[in-house]
Amino acid sequence: MDYTSIFPLMRAELTLTAILVLLFLYDLIAGERGRRWFSAVACGLLVVQVIVTLVPAPAGELFGGMFRYTPMDGVVKGVLAVGALVVCLQSDTWLRRDDTRHKQGEFYILTLSTLLGMYFMIGAGHFLMFFIGLELASVPMACLVAFDKYRRYSAEAGAKYILCALFSSGLMLFGISFFYGTTGTLYFDDLAARLTGSPLEIMSLVFFFSGLGFKISLVPFHLWTADAYQGAPTAVTSYLSVVSKAAAAFVLFTTLVKVFAPMVEQWQTLLWIVTVLSITVANLFAIRQKDLKRFMAFSSISQAGYIMLAVIGGTPLGMTSLVFYVLVYLAANLAVFGVLATVEQHADGRISLGDYNGFYRTNPRLAVMMMLALFSLAGIPPFAGFFSKFFVFTAAFQAGFRVLVFIALLNTVISLYYYLLIVKAMFITPSDAPIAPFRSDNYTRVSLALCLAGVLLLGVVSAVYDGINALSFGL
Amino acid sequence: MEYTILILLLPFVSFLLLGLAGMKLRPAVAGAIGTAVLAVVAVLCYATAWEYFAAGRDASGVFPTLVPWNTVWLPIAGDLHIDLGVLLDPISVMMLVVISTVSLMVHIYSLGYMKGERGFQRYYAFLSLFTMSMMGLVVATNIFQMYLFWELVGVSSYLLIGFYYTKPAAIAASKKAFIVTRFADLGFLIGILVYGYYAGTFTFTPAAATLAAAGTMIPLALGLMFVGGAGKSAMFPLHIWLPDAMEGPTPVSALIHAATMVVAGVYLVARMFPLFIGYAPEVLHWTAWIGAFTALYAAVVACVQSDIKRVLAFSTISQIGFMIVALGVCTSDDPHTGGLGYMASMFHLFTHAMFKALLFLGAGAIIHAVHSNEMSAMGGLRRYMPLTHATFLVACLAIAGIWPFSGFFSKDEILTACFAFSPVVGWVMTAIAGLTAFYMFRLYYGIFWGRENRELHAAHTPHEAPLTMTLPLLVLAAVTCVAGFIPFGEFVSSDGLAYTIHIDGSVATISLCVAVAGIALATWMYARREQPVADRLAERFSGLHRAAYHRFYIDEIYQFITHRVIFACISTPIAWFDRHVVDGFLNLLASATNGAACLIREMQSGSVQRYCIWFLGGALGLTILILLIC
Repeated sequence: MDYTSIFPLMRAELTLTAILVLLFLYDLIAGERGRRWFSAVACGLLVVQVIVTLVPAPAGELFGGMFRYTPMDGVVKGVLAVGALVVCLQSDTWLRRDDTRHKQGEFYILTLSTLLGMYFMIGAGHFLMFFIGLELASVPMACLVAFDKYRRYSAEAGAKYILCALFSSGLMLFGISFFYGTTGTLYFDDLAARLTGSPLEIMSLVFFFSGLGFKISLVPFHLWTADAYQGAPTAVTSYLSVVSKAAAAFVLFTTLVKVFAPMVEQWQTLLWIVTVLSITVANLFAIRQKDLKRFMAFSSISQAGYIMLAVIGGTPLGMTSLVFYVLVYLAANLAVFGVLATVEQHADGRISLGDYNGFYRTNPRLAVMMMLALFSLAGIPPFAGFFSKFFVFTAAFQAGFRVLVFIALLNTVISLYYYLLIVKAMFITPSDAPIAPFRSDNYTRVSLALCLAGVLLLGVVSAVYDGINALSFGL
Repeated sequence: MEYTILILLLPFVSFLLLGLAGMKLRPAVAGAIGTAVLAVVAVLCYATAWEYFAAGRDASGVFPTLVPWNTVWLPIAGDLHIDLGVLLDPISVMMLVVISTVSLMVHIYSLGYMKGERGFQRYYAFLSLFTMSMMGLVVATNIFQMYLFWELVGVSSYLLIGFYYTKPAAIAASKKAFIVTRFADLGFLIGILVYGYYAGTFTFTPAAATLAAAGTMIPLALGLMFVGGAGKSAMFPLHIWLPDAMEGPTPVSALIHAATMVVAGVYLVARMFPLFIGYAPEVLHWTAWIGAFTALYAAVVACVQSDIKRVLAFSTISQIGFMIVALGVCTSDDPHTGGLGYMASMFHLFTHAMFKALLFLGAGAIIHAVHSNEMSAMGGLRRYMPLTHATFLVACLAIAGIWPFSGFFSKDEILTACFAFSPVVGWVMTAIAGLTAFYMFRLYYGIFWGRENRELHAAHTPHEAPLTMTLPLLVLAAVTCVAGFIPFGEFVSSDGLAYTIHIDGSVATISLCVAVAGIALATWMYARREQPVADRLAERFSGLHRAAYHRFYIDEIYQFITHRVIFACISTPIAWFDRHVVDGFLNLLASATNGAACLIREMQSGSVQRYCIWFLGGALGLTILILLIC
C-alpha cells in the first residue's frame, strides 16, 4: 500500500487529529496565564483546519475502500469546520466564567472529537467505519450537552441525549446487521450491487434511517431535540443544531444515493412521509414555544425537513442545493444562536421570548442582526435563505415531488409567522424591563460579522453556488 | 472616457453623505458640499461634451456612439440581459450639459432661496439624488436601465415635491405626481417587456430581422413606452400632476418640472426615434396630435391662471407639447426631407430648459420678495427688482420667439418642420406660439407693471434677491441670449450627419409677426393700471373663463372616475371579497393550526421511555407503511 496517498486524501482528518493533540498538550502545559489565550489558540488552529480542508484534491480511496474522498466531501468538511470555528468564537465568554474556566480544554477537545467523528462518517466506505464515526460523533456530544453538569437542566439533557442516542444506535446496528445477513457484505459498493428490496431489507433501511434521522432530528425520531437543546449550554446547542445536523444530512444523501440506489422507490416514500411530518409537526410545536432555545429546536427540526427536500430527488441539483442550504442555514442559525448566547451571558440567562421585548431600543445592532438572520431562516428575499429555499424547492420539483413542494410552501407561511413573532417582540412590543444595553466581546463580534456576511452575500454572490454546483456532478 | 462614470457616482456619494450624515453637518456646510460636488460634475460634463465633439465624426460622417463603461447586471436568457453603463451619443451628451448646467444653477440659487429652511441638508441630499437619477436616465445603454433611473427620478421628484411635508397640499401634490406618473409607467414597463420579448434585447439597436418578424408588436411596444413618456412629460390627459407639483420649493420646480425630468418623455421618444421612424411612423404621428392638443389646451389654460407658478407650469406643458409635435411630424430620418423635427425638438429642449429654468428661478425671486404666488400681490415690481425684471423679460422674449433670443431659433425650426408635414399643423402651432407670447406677457405685465398692490408693498417692501440667487439668473439670461446662435444641427440631427440650420424666411416672418401681435395684445390689455378690456372680456365669456380657470375640469373628471367608478364599483366589492373570503380562509387556517398544535403537545412529554416508544413505534410504523405503499 502506498502510504503517501494517505496524506492528500485524509488531510482533514490528520490535521484535525494533530490539532486535538496540540490542544490537549496545551491544556496540560499552559498555566493559568496561558489558558487565557485558549480560545485564540483554538480558533487560530481551526482557521488552519478550514484552509487545509478546502485545498482541492482529486478523489480517491484508501484501505481497500474503507475510506474514500471526493472533492464534495472536502467542501462539506470545510463547511463543518467553519461552523465549529464560529461556535468556538461564540463560546468564549461562556468558557471564561468561573465555573467553566478550568475545563476550557475539555470543551475544545470534545467538540473537535465529534467533528473528527463526523469526518470519518462522511469519508466512510464501509458500514463499520461509518458506525465508528457516528459513535465518535455521538458520545462526546453527550458530554458536551451535560457540560454544565452542576446545572440540573444540563445534566438532565445530557442523560436524555445519551439514552436516546444509545437507543438509536442500537436500532441502527440492528438494521446494519440484517444487511450483512441478507447480502454478506458491509462495503458500500458491494451492498449497492446486492440489495434486492426484500421486506427484511426495507425494515433494515428504516432502522438505518432512524439512526441518521435521530442525528438530523426528523420526526418521529426528534423527541430528544427540544429537551437537549433547552438544557445544553447555548454554544453546544448551536453546534448540535448546525454542525452535527449538517454532517448527518450530507451522509444521508450520499448513502441513500450510492448504497441504497436499488431501493430508491422505498426510501423516497420514506423521505416523503418523514419530510411532511417534520416540517408540519415542528412548525405546530414552534408556534407555542416561549423559551427561545426550545423554539430554535423546533425551528431546526422544520429546517431539517426542508433539507430533506434536497435529498429526496437524489439528483446532482439536489446535492448542490443541499450543500448550499446547509451553508446558508449555518450562517443564519449561528447568527441567531450567537445573539442568544451573548444575551444570555450578559443578561443573567434571560432566554425567553418575553425577555426580548423592546430589545431593539436597548441593543439596536444585535436586534437588527437577529432580524436579518430570522428573515434568512424564514426565506425572505433578498437574504440568502430565500435562495437556498428556492434551490431545494427547485430540486424537489424537478424530481417530480410537486405535492411535497406545495406542502412545504404552505409551511413556510407558518414558519414566517413564528419567526416574525420574535421580530415583533424585539421591535414593536414595549417592555418595562428590557435587556440592558451591553457590549458583546470581540470574539462574538467577529463570529456575528462572519454570519452577517453569509446572510447578506451568499445568495447574491453567485460564485458560491456555482462553485458547489461544479463539484456535484457525478455526486 | 471612463471618467464619465463619475458623473453618476459623485452625486450618488453626495446623496449618501448628505442623506446619512446630513443632520450632523451645519446647513451651510451641507449646501457647500452639495454645490461643490455638482460643480465638479458640471465640469466633468463639459469636459465630456468637449472631448466627445472634438473627437469628430467617423468615416461615415456621424458622431460615433461610445460606451465607455458597461457591465452586465442581470442576465436573463441568451442575448437578453440587463446592463448598466454609460452611453455617449450626441443627444445624451447634450442632455448631460443641460442637466448639469441647470442643476448647478439651482444648487447655487437654493443656497439663498432655501436659507434657514428646516431640512436644508435633506433638500440638498434629494437634489443630488435627483441629479444622479436624471444623469443615469440619459446615459442609459439600454431601455431597462433607462426605466430603473426613470423610476428613481420619479421617486426623487416625489420626495422634493413633498419637501414641505407638514403642508397638506404639498403631500397631496407629491402623491398625485407619484401615482399619476407611476400609472403611466405601467405602460412603459409593459412596453419594455413586449419590446424585450419581440426584439430579443433591451438595447436600442436590435437586429433588423427580429424587428421585421415582430410585426405589429414593435409599434405596440413603442406606443406603450410613449404612455410612460406622456406621464412624465405631462401630456394630456396625464398632465394633471404637473400644476400641483408647484407645491414643491420653486428651485425644484425649475430643475425638475421645467428643465429636466419633464422632458424625459421627449428624450425617450428621441432615443427610440430610429425605431419609431422605421417601424411605427403612424404611432409617431399620433404622438404629434397628442402633443399639439396638449400644447393648445395648456396655452389656453395658462391665459387665465392667477398663480404665477401655475402659469409657468402650463406654459411648460405647452412647450413640451411643441417638442413632442416636432418629433411627431418627422416622416424620415433625413433632416432635409421630413426629418427636421428631430433636430428642432432637441434644439427646443435645450433652449427651453435654459429659459424656463430662468423663468422659474425669476418667479422664485419674486415669490421670495412678496411671499405670495398670486399675481394680485404683485404688479409694479420692476422698480423694486430691476435685475430680476431684466432677466425675466429676456426669458419672456425668448419663449415668445423674438429674435435674437434662443427661443426664436428653436421654435422657428419646429414651425418649419410642422409646415413641411402639413399646413394645418403648421398654422395651429403658429397660433399656439402667438398664444404663448400673449400669456407670457400677460404674466410679465401682471408681475412687473399693471396694478400695483400698494398696501401689501407698503407693509413689506419687496427687495432684490441676494447674489446667490441673482447670479444664476444672470448666467441663464446670458445663455438665453446667445444659445440661438449655436449651430445645433452640426451636433444633433436625425441621421447623425451635419445639418446646417437655415432660417426659412416666410416661416420666420409669420412667427415673428404672430409673436409681436401676441405681445402687443397683452400690452394693450394688461400693461396699464386699469385693465377694462381684460375685465370686460372675462365677464363677457364668463363661462369659458371659469372653465379655463378650472383647467376645463379635468381634475374633477379624474376625481369622478376614480372615486365614483373605480373605487365604488370595482374596489369595494374586491375589498369585501378580500376581507371576508380570503382573510376568512386564512383565519380558518390559523385557528386550525393552533388547534392542531394543542392536540399534539402530549407527544413531547419529557419522559425518555416515552420518547423511545415513539422512536421504535415510528420506525416500525414507517416500515409497515412503506411495505404497504411500495
